[in-house]
Amino acid sequence: MSEPSHDIIPGVDSAHAEIQEPGIGLFADLVKVIGTSTKTNDKLEALANYFNTAPDKDKVWVIAIFSGRRPRRVVNSNQLIAWCIEMANIPGWLFGECYHTVGDLGETISLLLPETHDPLTSTAKPLHYYIEHFIKIDKQEEAIRKQFILDSWKEMNQSERYVFNKLITGSFRIGVSQKTMVNALARVTTLDASVIAHRISGNWDPSTVGFAELLDDDVRIIDHSRPYPFYLAYALDEAPETLGDPNDWQVEWKWDGIRGQVIKRNNQLFVWSRGEELMTDKFPEYHILNNLLPEGTVIDGEIIPSVDEKPLPFALLQTRIGRKNITRKQLQDAPITFFAYDLLEFEGEDWRNRPLSERRTKLEEIVQPLNTPILLLSPVVQFNTWTELAEMRRSSREQGAEGFMIKKKSSAYQVGRKVGDWWKWKIDPLVIDAVMIYAQKGSGRRSNLYTDYTFAVRDGDKLVSFTKAYSGLTDKEFAQVDAFVKRNSIEKFGPVRTVKPELVFEIAFEGIAASNRHKSGVALRFPRMSKWRKDKKVEEINTLDDLKKMLEVYGTKS
Amino acid sequence: MPLIDFTDKGLYCAPGNFYIDPWKSVDHAIITHAHSDHARWGSKNYLCHTDTKPILQLRLGENPYQTLPWGEPIVINGVTVSLHPAGHIIGSSQIRVEYRGEVWVVSGDYKTENDGISSAFEPVPCHTFITESTFGLPIYRWKPQPEIYADIQHWIRKNQADDKASVIIAYSLGKAQRVLQAIAEVTDKIFVHGAIWNTHEVLVQAGWKLPVVRRVTPEVPKEDYRGSVIIAPPSADGTPWMKRFSPYSVGVCSGWMQVRGNARRRNVDAGFPLSDHADWYGLMDAIKATGAQKVFVTHGFQAAFSRYLNENGIEAAEVKTEYGNDEEDAPANVKEGEPEESAVEDINENVE
Repeated sequence: MSEPSHDIIPGVDSAHAEIQEPGIGLFADLVKVIGTSTKTNDKLEALANYFNTAPDKDKVWVIAIFSGRRPRRVVNSNQLIAWCIEMANIPGWLFGECYHTVGDLGETISLLLPETHDPLTSTAKPLHYYIEHFIKIDKQEEAIRKQFILDSWKEMNQSERYVFNKLITGSFRIGVSQKTMVNALARVTTLDASVIAHRISGNWDPSTVGFAELLDDDVRIIDHSRPYPFYLAYALDEAPETLGDPNDWQVEWKWDGIRGQVIKRNNQLFVWSRGEELMTDKFPEYHILNNLLPEGTVIDGEIIPSVDEKPLPFALLQTRIGRKNITRKQLQDAPITFFAYDLLEFEGEDWRNRPLSERRTKLEEIVQPLNTPILLLSPVVQFNTWTELAEMRRSSREQGAEGFMIKKKSSAYQVGRKVGDWWKWKIDPLVIDAVMIYAQKGSGRRSNLYTDYTFAVRDGDKLVSFTKAYSGLTDKEFAQVDAFVKRNSIEKFGPVRTVKPELVFEIAFEGIAASNRHKSGVALRFPRMSKWRKDKKVEEINTLDDLKKMLEVYGTKS
Repeated sequence: MPLIDFTDKGLYCAPGNFYIDPWKSVDHAIITHAHSDHARWGSKNYLCHTDTKPILQLRLGENPYQTLPWGEPIVINGVTVSLHPAGHIIGSSQIRVEYRGEVWVVSGDYKTENDGISSAFEPVPCHTFITESTFGLPIYRWKPQPEIYADIQHWIRKNQADDKASVIIAYSLGKAQRVLQAIAEVTDKIFVHGAIWNTHEVLVQAGWKLPVVRRVTPEVPKEDYRGSVIIAPPSADGTPWMKRFSPYSVGVCSGWMQVRGNARRRNVDAGFPLSDHADWYGLMDAIKATGAQKVFVTHGFQAAFSRYLNENGIEAAEVKTEYGNDEEDAPANVKEGEPEESAVEDINENVE
């Protein structure tokens, strides 16, 4: 027999030479940099680096995840905990202790699982493999899904397990703005940032769209549903007089609903929220707009319940969010309308670069003749001087608004949060002084610290709890309160500690509504700690009667 | 009457009439190691390991100090006492106490991995073991030291490539000397904060061969910091003192960096989970190696740790002590916590 020639088995060598795709570790490294770096530029660089080295299919998933299209949760937490306990061989209560200390389920599990291979030689597969495999077995029985998760854990190191767990629990929240990601993509493609922002918005499916399809400059896939990136305003911190001539500005009420876009294209209607969630089916009230609006129209505005053009409180809108089936009663109690602010597209043409004054005129021409209670023009506030406007701002709450939007009449509709042309001028929040009575450890960056507090007002000799608040203090103040909690705990109920009622805080909030779910009978909107009243004693805090009076004046019954 | 009693002054051995790491003034104090929560000022006589003495002199001033090498028993009022390496910091010792055939061991703080500078932890067989539990939860599993050192070195090289200084936050006694080994492998441009300088000088005078470092002073030209490594204590982090190193990146070396939330809360550029305490697995191994039938659990996750021991056939009880105020023992409010003893030096360093 002759010696085997290398030519006899062609392809074997090249098969071996095939470069293995980078595994999920590349993504884990990216998440680590983004999670720890404190500078936007470092994050941008890490992202650009990632987009230069990752497999195309992984890139598409990363764009999806970082633009809020994270895959749906595929396992429930209890299953995951049970499997982790089994694999780590620890008692359930010990898992609980660990979870309270870490404050993050996915991370706790990643830290508890035993190392099953040499951490330096990862055998993990690429990101898209895991996500797509999961989508595939989503409907299959538990044993199959469990096996897949255990196998995946076994081939990963700790940081890979962390991102994997975050993905399968649907809890991926990442400290990078969409703007930063768009800028990173602009660095690695030939497209402008604004074009990219538009391309990655809207209704696309990361499991079917390729990277090239999404971001190459020669493809023109038509997605009729695609919204424009929202233009957002900064808060006006200075006096409005600094803005100059009042005649250069258009002022509207700032409504407290959900910012949204109504799109009519290709004889179809699409309603998007600012969080880029397609909400068309959640609000059947809007469906008639498909017959009313002209083809090729995109309107920016506020999704808000209203009756007779008067907005209803946000609490009512909340009764509609997240419902799949809407009852007749809900349709009656919280009829959803759309307050139109701006016109972004007309007759299929992008109008964003035209001045606001021109867009507003055209918007009025479109909306007024429709004469429908569903689509309303958000009125322009008439005023002559800033002083007069400041006076009117005091009546915001009676209008159901939270202040004013001040927009330059010559302004274009820009992308994202930009300084200069649009401002929000909000009213001061309502405040009440209360005492802290319970504390619980926070999560994420506040794990290990008591940062979640429950507050009470006085009712005769008793203290009545009425709200929780988690934010508003500096890290230093949180550390001080944390130390107080540890020294002054009275009782322990699981993770909650009852503390000596001594620390007084001013609680600020945006609204108040009657509620029968709370002992105090009220529910606050956006409560936070606005001041630590070290000067006040617990005897000096507000009373339940004070709260009830506020409810009478500003409250809404829900 | 137990051989060691938990009193309001500290761990007391009645037959020997001495205390171990007391937090109040006593006549006879045996000191496990020189960290401020274990070695306190005000006792009349101190007994410690030979390597601990110069550091105690720096921190507590002149006092009657008696020293012992490891493994050499002495008898105090009929009680046999010996010191054994705890692997925590330079000189750190476990205290073995034997009386009428009964043996107790007080661990002080310890770690089971050999860090190459603190002498390797030695398991000491005993009937009763008093253990710390700073990292007594199974989420704490340390990566091997060489891996963490490689991460630190990689980070320093990246900063050098970006022309940035690397500021490493490490406790002035222990972590600073340990991490110095890793740093010296990548650069000889090393600076230290005044608090670390003082400890460094004392150790060098006592004969320790440590890499050469420069002290950060107002006289050092700003350019000298470019691409260099600076070691600073936690109390210096985020103070105006750091401005002179700009542009720089901050990395914290602490076991608490194991959990992402802590690294993010500290707002640091990099966190390296490098600890001078044993992780969960190290604590378990150490306890098993002593063969102790009874374990007392001090500062850390006492409740969870002792419950786990009890459920796994080792009788354990929680003990309240006043340990746990050094850098690693104070997880959340490292920066805002009680002032460390080095704070005075830090302040002097900051006002220039």
